[in-house]
Amino acid sequence: MEAVFALAIGTLTASGLWLLFRPRTLQVVLGLCLLSYAVNLFILAAGRLRTDAPPIVGKGAVDPAQFVDPVPQALVLTAIVISFATTALLLVVLLAARGLTGTDHVDGEEDDL
Amino acid sequence: MTGWMHHLVIAPIILPMFICAVLLAFDERRRTLKRLVSLGTTAVLVVISAVLVWQVDGGRQALPGTPHVYLLGNWPAPFGIVLVADRLSAMMVLLSSVLGFTALFYAIARWDRAGPRFHVLFLLLLAGVNGAFLTGDIFNLFVCFEVLLAASYGLIVHGAGEERTRASLHYITFNIATSLLFLIGVAMIYAVTGTLNMADLAVRIGQVPPTDLMLLEAGAAILGIAFLVKAGIWPLSFWLPRTYAAAAPPIAAIFAIMTKVGIYVILRLSSLLFGDGTGAAAGFANDWLIWAGFATMAFGTLGILATRQLTGVAGHYVMVSSGTLLAAIGMGAESLTAALLFYLVSSTLAVSALYLIIEPVERNAGEEDMIDGIAEPVFDDEYTGAIDEEESEIGVVIPGTIAILGGGFIFCTLLLAGLPPLSGFIAKFAIIDALFSSAAAISPIAWILIALIILSGLATLIAMTRAGIDLLWAPTKDSAPSLSAVEVAPIGLLLTACLALMILAGPVYLYMEGVAAALADRSAYIDAVLGAPRAGEATP
Repeated sequence: MEAVFALAIGTLTASGLWLLFRPRTLQVVLGLCLLSYAVNLFILAAGRLRTDAPPIVGKGAVDPAQFVDPVPQALVLTAIVISFATTALLLVVLLAARGLTGTDHVDGEEDDL
Repeated sequence: MTGWMHHLVIAPIILPMFICAVLLAFDERRRTLKRLVSLGTTAVLVVISAVLVWQVDGGRQALPGTPHVYLLGNWPAPFGIVLVADRLSAMMVLLSSVLGFTALFYAIARWDRAGPRFHVLFLLLLAGVNGAFLTGDIFNLFVCFEVLLAASYGLIVHGAGEERTRASLHYITFNIATSLLFLIGVAMIYAVTGTLNMADLAVRIGQVPPTDLMLLEAGAAILGIAFLVKAGIWPLSFWLPRTYAAAAPPIAAIFAIMTKVGIYVILRLSSLLFGDGTGAAAGFANDWLIWAGFATMAFGTLGILATRQLTGVAGHYVMVSSGTLLAAIGMGAESLTAALLFYLVSSTLAVSALYLIIEPVERNAGEEDMIDGIAEPVFDDEYTGAIDEEESEIGVVIPGTIAILGGGFIFCTLLLAGLPPLSGFIAKFAIIDALFSSAAAISPIAWILIALIILSGLATLIAMTRAGIDLLWAPTKDSAPSLSAVEVAPIGLLLTACLALMILAGPVYLYMEGVAAALADRSAYIDAVLGAPRAGEATP
C-alpha cells in the first residue's frame, strides 16, 4: 500500500507542479488544486498508513495499538477546508483579472511571440 | 492572575474577530458607524496589548519573566492548543496593534471608501497577525497564517484597478503554494516527533533518534522556506516590492508587520527548537539564515538605488530590514537578539510611516492621484459611488502643507537611513555594538554584516534624498495642495512613537534584553507551557 500511496502523491505533485508553471490562470488554479490533494494525502501518511483501524476511540479501557492516529485526520480536514476556501477566492480574483485585462495570461498580457 | 485578567491573552484574537462579524451585518452605507466601531476596536487593542506587555514584564529586567499560558478549551498542555504570551509575543502584539490603529486612522481620511468591506478585512488581518504571535502550536500557527493571508488577499485588491488585480493574482498564487509547503513541513515534523505543541516539540527534539534527525531537519527546512517567503527573503521575495507598491497606502503600512510575522516565527522556532541544549539539532540552518540575510540585504540595497518610485524604495527597504534581522538571528548571540528586536520595532514603525507619507507627498507634487485609478466595480454587489459621493475631505484642511510633509519626510529619511539622533541610529548602533562586544575576535561574517548595514543605510539616504528633491523642492504644477488633519495625525503618531523609542531607549532596551534572556532560557518557556494548570485546578 505504501508504494501505491507514494506513487499517487508523486503523480499528483508532478502534475500539479507542471500545471502551476503554465501561463494560463486556470491551469495554475488546477495545479494548486492537485498540489493540495497531494499535500492532504501526505499529511494523512504522516500518521502512518493502516487499514481496518478506526481513528475514534470508544469508552472504557482501550488498546491504543488497535487505533490509527486521529490527529493527522483532523489536520487534513482543516487543510481541505482552508485550501478549498483560498482556491475559491483565487478563482474570484482570476475572473476579475480576466475582466480587467482581457486575457487569461498570468501576467495580464500575452507574450510577444 | 485570576478572574477575567486571565482571559486577556485571548482578547487580541477574539475581539477583532467578533467585531468583524458584527460589522458584516451593517450595510456599507453606515460608514460613520463602521469607522467609529473599528477605530475604537483598534484603540482597545492597543490598550489590551499594553496591559499584556506590562503583565508579562512583571518580573523585570534580567529575569526570564513568566509567560502567561492560556489553555484553549481547558485541555492540558500538549493535547490542546495553547496560547502563550511571553515578553516577545506581547511586544509583537503591541507593535501590530499600534500599526493597526494608525493605519486605520489614516485610512479613514478617504481610503476606506475605495472598496467594500474594508474595516471587516482589516480587523480580520489584525486577528490573524495577533493569533500568529500568540499561539504556541504549530498547526494553529498555520491556521492563523491562513486567516491573516485570507484577509490580506481581500485587502490587496482593495480599490480594485488593473495593476492591483494583476499584482494580487501573483501574490495569492504564490502564498497558496507557500501554504502547501507549510503543511508539508508540519506533517513531516509531526511524523517524526508526534507532537505539534512548540514546547513539547522543544523537549522531544533532543530525544529524536539520529536516523530520524535528517527527516526532522528536512521538515524544519521546508517549514522554514514558508516563513522565509513571508519574511520577504531573496530570492523568494520577487513579488514583494511590486505587491506592496500596488496596495493602497494604509494597507501597505499594515503589511509592514506581515514580513515581521515570518521573522518572529523564525526567531521563536530557531531559539526553541534549535537553540543550545537541543542535542544534535542545535544550531541547525544558522549559516543558511546568515547568508540568505546577506543576499537579501544586498538585493534590497541595489533595489533601493535602482528604483525611481518611493513605493519601490519602501518595498526594498522592507527587504533590507528583513535581511538584517535574519542575518542577526543566524548569528545567534543573546546580546545581538536584544539589539535586533530594537531594530525590528524601530524599522517597522519607520517603514509604516513612510508608506503613509508617500501618498500625500506625491499628491502634493502633482503626481497622478493613486485613488483615481479605481476602476468600475467587477461584481454587482459592490457598493460604488462612495468616492464621488463625498467630495469634501473629512477634517480641516491644514495650512503649511509643504512644511509638514517635508518635516515628516526628513524624519522618515533619518529613521530609515539610521542617522543620529533618531531610533534608527540607536538600533543600528546597538547591532554593531553587540557584534563588536560579543566575541574577542570579530569574525569576517560580522564584518560583512556591519558593512551591509552601513551600505544599505547609505543607499537609503541617497534614494530618499533624490526623491525628496524631486517631490518636495521642485515647483508644483498644482497650486492648491490639500492635506487633511486626519492624514497627518497618524503619521505624526508613528513618528512620535519612534521619537519615544529614542527618548526612552534605556527602559525599552532593558525590556528587549529581558526578551532576549527569555528566548535564551528555553526551559522556562517549556515548563510554563507544559506545567500550566487547568482552570478549576489548584496551582501546584
